[in-house]
Amino acid sequence: MNAPRLQAVAPDTATGEIIKLAVMAVGGQGGGVLAGWIEALARSQGYACQATSVAGVAQRTGATIYYIEMTPDRGGAPVFALAPASGDVDILIAAEMMEAGRAILRGFVTPDRTVLIGSTHRALAVSEKTVPGDGIADAGEVRAAAEIAARRLILADMDALAREAGSVISAALFGALAGSGALPFGREAFEAAIRTGGKGVEPSLRAFAAGFDAVTAPPAPAASAPAAVSTPTPSGPEGALTDWQGLAARVAALPAPVAEMAVAGLRKVVDFQDASYGADYLDRLDAVLKQDAAGRGHLLGVEAARHIANAMAYDDIIRVADLKTRPARFARIRAEMAAGPDHGLHLTEFLHPRGEEVAGMLPARWGAWVEARPERLARLDRWVNRGRRIRSDGLPGFAILHLLGGLRGYRLRTHRHAVEMAHLERWLDRALTARARDYDLAVEILRCHRLIKGYSDTHARGMSKFDKVMDGADAVAGRADAADWVRRLREAALQDVEGKALDGALATIRSFA
Amino acid sequence: MAERSFKAEVAHLRKGQGDIFTGEGILAITKALLENGVGYVGGYQGAPISHLMDVLADAQELLAELGVRFEANASEAAAAAMLAASVHYPIRGAVTFKGPVGVNVASDALANLASSGVTGGALIIVGEDYGEGSSIMQERSHAFAMKSQFWLLDPRPNLPSITKAVGDGFALSEASNTPVMLMVRIRSCHVTGQFATRDNRPPPLTVRDALAQPRRDFARVVLPPMSYAHEQDKVKTRWPAAQKFIAEHGLNERFGPAEAPVGIVLQGGMYNGVIRALQRLGLADIDGATQVPLYVLNVTYPLVPDEFEAFCAGKSALLVIEEGQPEFIEQQLAALLYRANSTLALHGKDLLPMAGEYTGQVMLDGITGFLKAHAPDLLPGQVRAPNTPPPALPDLGKTVPIRPPGFCTGCPERPIFAALKLVEQELGQHQITGDIGCHLFATLPPFEIGGSTMGYGLGPASNAAFDGGGARRAISILGDGGFWHNGLSSSIGNAVFNRSDSVVVIVDNFYSAATGGQDVLSSRAANATKATNNPISAALKGVGVEWIRQIDRTYDVPQMVAVLREALTTDHAGPKVIVAASECMLNRQRRERPLRAQAVQAGRRVEAPRFGVDAAICTGDHACIRLSGCPSLSLKRLDDPLREDPVAHIDQSCVGCGNCGEVADAAILCPSFYRADLVHNPGRFERTRAAWRESIIGWLQRRRAARRLRFDEVAP
Repeated sequence: MNAPRLQAVAPDTATGEIIKLAVMAVGGQGGGVLAGWIEALARSQGYACQATSVAGVAQRTGATIYYIEMTPDRGGAPVFALAPASGDVDILIAAEMMEAGRAILRGFVTPDRTVLIGSTHRALAVSEKTVPGDGIADAGEVRAAAEIAARRLILADMDALAREAGSVISAALFGALAGSGALPFGREAFEAAIRTGGKGVEPSLRAFAAGFDAVTAPPAPAASAPAAVSTPTPSGPEGALTDWQGLAARVAALPAPVAEMAVAGLRKVVDFQDASYGADYLDRLDAVLKQDAAGRGHLLGVEAARHIANAMAYDDIIRVADLKTRPARFARIRAEMAAGPDHGLHLTEFLHPRGEEVAGMLPARWGAWVEARPERLARLDRWVNRGRRIRSDGLPGFAILHLLGGLRGYRLRTHRHAVEMAHLERWLDRALTARARDYDLAVEILRCHRLIKGYSDTHARGMSKFDKVMDGADAVAGRADAADWVRRLREAALQDVEGKALDGALATIRSFA
Repeated sequence: MAERSFKAEVAHLRKGQGDIFTGEGILAITKALLENGVGYVGGYQGAPISHLMDVLADAQELLAELGVRFEANASEAAAAAMLAASVHYPIRGAVTFKGPVGVNVASDALANLASSGVTGGALIIVGEDYGEGSSIMQERSHAFAMKSQFWLLDPRPNLPSITKAVGDGFALSEASNTPVMLMVRIRSCHVTGQFATRDNRPPPLTVRDALAQPRRDFARVVLPPMSYAHEQDKVKTRWPAAQKFIAEHGLNERFGPAEAPVGIVLQGGMYNGVIRALQRLGLADIDGATQVPLYVLNVTYPLVPDEFEAFCAGKSALLVIEEGQPEFIEQQLAALLYRANSTLALHGKDLLPMAGEYTGQVMLDGITGFLKAHAPDLLPGQVRAPNTPPPALPDLGKTVPIRPPGFCTGCPERPIFAALKLVEQELGQHQITGDIGCHLFATLPPFEIGGSTMGYGLGPASNAAFDGGGARRAISILGDGGFWHNGLSSSIGNAVFNRSDSVVVIVDNFYSAATGGQDVLSSRAANATKATNNPISAALKGVGVEWIRQIDRTYDVPQMVAVLREALTTDHAGPKVIVAASECMLNRQRRERPLRAQAVQAGRRVEAPRFGVDAAICTGDHACIRLSGCPSLSLKRLDDPLREDPVAHIDQSCVGCGNCGEVADAAILCPSFYRADLVHNPGRFERTRAAWRESIIGWLQRRRAARRLRFDEVAP
């Protein structure tokens, strides 16, 4: 790659007129259809043209590449290359944002010549999706590189445009290619190529038009409204509304950065339980805020507002049943399925409660009694532990879920609630104890609540990671870089499932001792 | 080919004198076979030559008119063995498979064929799967030609040259009584272009006619003393005959000025890449007229020393452009020059990389380096003293994720490996071997199951060392394609005979799916010309397997888990074989989607399933994805400051296979998944009942909503 960059110094202008176009796509996106249209277009316009592809197994969701060269037919037999060469591509069409990044990485996008037409949507790679935390690659970095690398950059969410038109991305990209003017052919010639193709012509033409317009008349960037801190106004029974207004007034009195988060938090816990539970939330938050520091941007308060809400709105059977039976959910699914009034819609829920979840639903003392002895829990587990497919659109299924979801009034007396609250208090105590000596450490300890998520085994694994990180926090407490270590432990815990990275980091900490 | 039609391509095969063919290289080769009076064609599918097989399978009518026999062979070995018809009969035959893996499998038959020698032209069309996009080990088929003494064509990668090579190959084969291998690289197979067609020619003697007058010639049998005679005949008669034919018919080509201090010797397949590098250096024009002399080896084995010496005359330096390793051609040319006491400087693998594809940049760098050393005046000033360096770009190496191929949306193999992963979580890690086929994607994340692949149908055989058993049984994977290709004898028979204690999982997806969905013996579709519907389990019983479990819906993950657990823990002695069968989703959708659309249009009741995730219930742990990797199961960032991690999300490409719901159940992951079945054209009774149900549910919902604080739900 460090070889001198060579400039093509064509002895005849014809060689310089060869148009080199590469399509980088993900298998299954219809890259072959797009390449076929481009080739048919070129031939119809009196161009000599050659296309190549690497099909085979890459077609199965892997990164694929199609390559096309064309030049006005002069009656000779032009010699075309069979693959794109770095520094020698005129038009690069990337059917996905990271494929645009891959094109840049491979040197197919250079400032002297390349028009880069890319779709900004993401088709996540498996490696991005399997991370327990947030492993999504940074599209901003690709955009920044594209702005330097491309002679001309055209980016739009071609996938969304195509879907809105009831077609697939290849048609929108073909439209964007036409709109870019990078090929010396008129719009009619492009559309004729689609018509000649003969499959799904009308939807393809609509998506083509959308892609064309996206390039020629890019929509004005929607002025994003400044996110004002406004408390939502719920509806409901009179008394509850009065309670809510009291809570809203308390939130409004909080320091601005905290208030923003606390609005969301309050809404979550009230939605989870009721207004009085919301008052508990604000009480807990107030206790933390007493020890917050305005000079630090109320970081402690913000994180407390976020994570106390998450901790208080834990995922129990009641919450799941409640969420599954709400009218808004049914409406949302109907919309997503494009179900019209004449369509029927069946909904099947995949539930698998274990003994633990049911024990959690028992009254606190009874549940604790069951969990105290493994054989009691095992017996309960034998009774309940099996997969249950529940038709939530049917009366029996809906009735069960509706009943369970209606147990909110009883929730605060459950074993699960007692366990969750005890855990919450320990965690908050730990953070506030740390606060006395080290503000940053307290913030990091609060943030560690992010590790607790999921259900059943996943939840248990999250808990054990949380406990490990807390042990680590105790071990580093007092060090100047304690907060930094806790942050590193948390990030390590989110990297892999087994917690290998976390164990490695903990080993390092122990080596300090 | 059950689910895809190639009728449009077949129409190309009917073109005649004066027509122009426009299309892909591999289809052009298919057409050229018919123009050259081929009498029989066979092969085994695989990228990049599947198309040849697919199109001929759909061209039965045309083949019958011409009297050409087409055979979809059981393996490459079977295909190569079919060329035995050309040993005694003056009938042209062609077989095709991918190289070098197919050549490996076929090598026994090819070696015998090459020893016997042929009467009719015998052509082996090899799609060389090398370089970017390849799915196999990186080797060269070239060595097989050298070891067995058959001839290797590597034509320039354009349609006129490739189709001419078909005719040249048959003629060369007949002139030298030697089989000829026509090698086409991946991109040459898929390259599009045009060539002038000729009329198809029926074979002068058909295979059917030949059966009326059987022939045998003892001298062609590979047994001593004839095998010794064959070896002598190869080097004394056939080889010189081939060289004479190549020279007389100008199969190799020379381009550029007759006199120059330097020259380039190249494989025909490298021609376009070399010309492009010369074009970029300003040393060739658009039609390939070059200022640097080129000696293009359209025949890369055998070489023709006289031609080579003539090309070298007057030159002081030579560059050999030969892709892959080792550098067989360069070594032979070096020996020729050494014996001729030449002082000519020979370059090749010193300026170009020994291994790897010769991409545009590699070619440009290599040729530039050569010309800088030996003909600097030819180069433009820019190259000799480059000026501005390219702008520095941010390094995206760490940002852009790798994207290897994986299971398709709704693939029936995904739940098999999800189940296997769950069983391993329960019983511990096992020794697992893979096989060739889509199922090999299981070795990649998120499954990471299987650590080796020794060849097609050899998955269980490659666990043979562990057949004696131990702490935990060894597991191997075998596809239906591999099973019928080689697995029944080499893997299953081997396991039965050796009283293997291991577990074999046969992935039966009704097709040879990875190669494009061709039918195999156990395919469920009715096929007009092939015998399908032969169950794998019957073959297993026949060969002596006693413990067989047939699963007819792989998506039932709890059942998959139970059967795997049973296989791994049963007391039964001998191989435990699980046949996990569900139709390849890609092919199933190809068949069902148009039918479903028709039925909806026609007003018939149709249920269309799709899965979904309740974003509010999903906690963003992604455990479901680690047991799936489905393209339609992705992530979504929520517009909620409380939620930092993206949550699972199922997009519109979901085909409703059920894997994610089953896995969420079997692995006890979470209650977020739901299946929504959209019912098109429900009947009147169904509609009435639904309305009644909805009214009750709606009443209950309103009643509850009235008693609580309600926030406008933002669609997550």
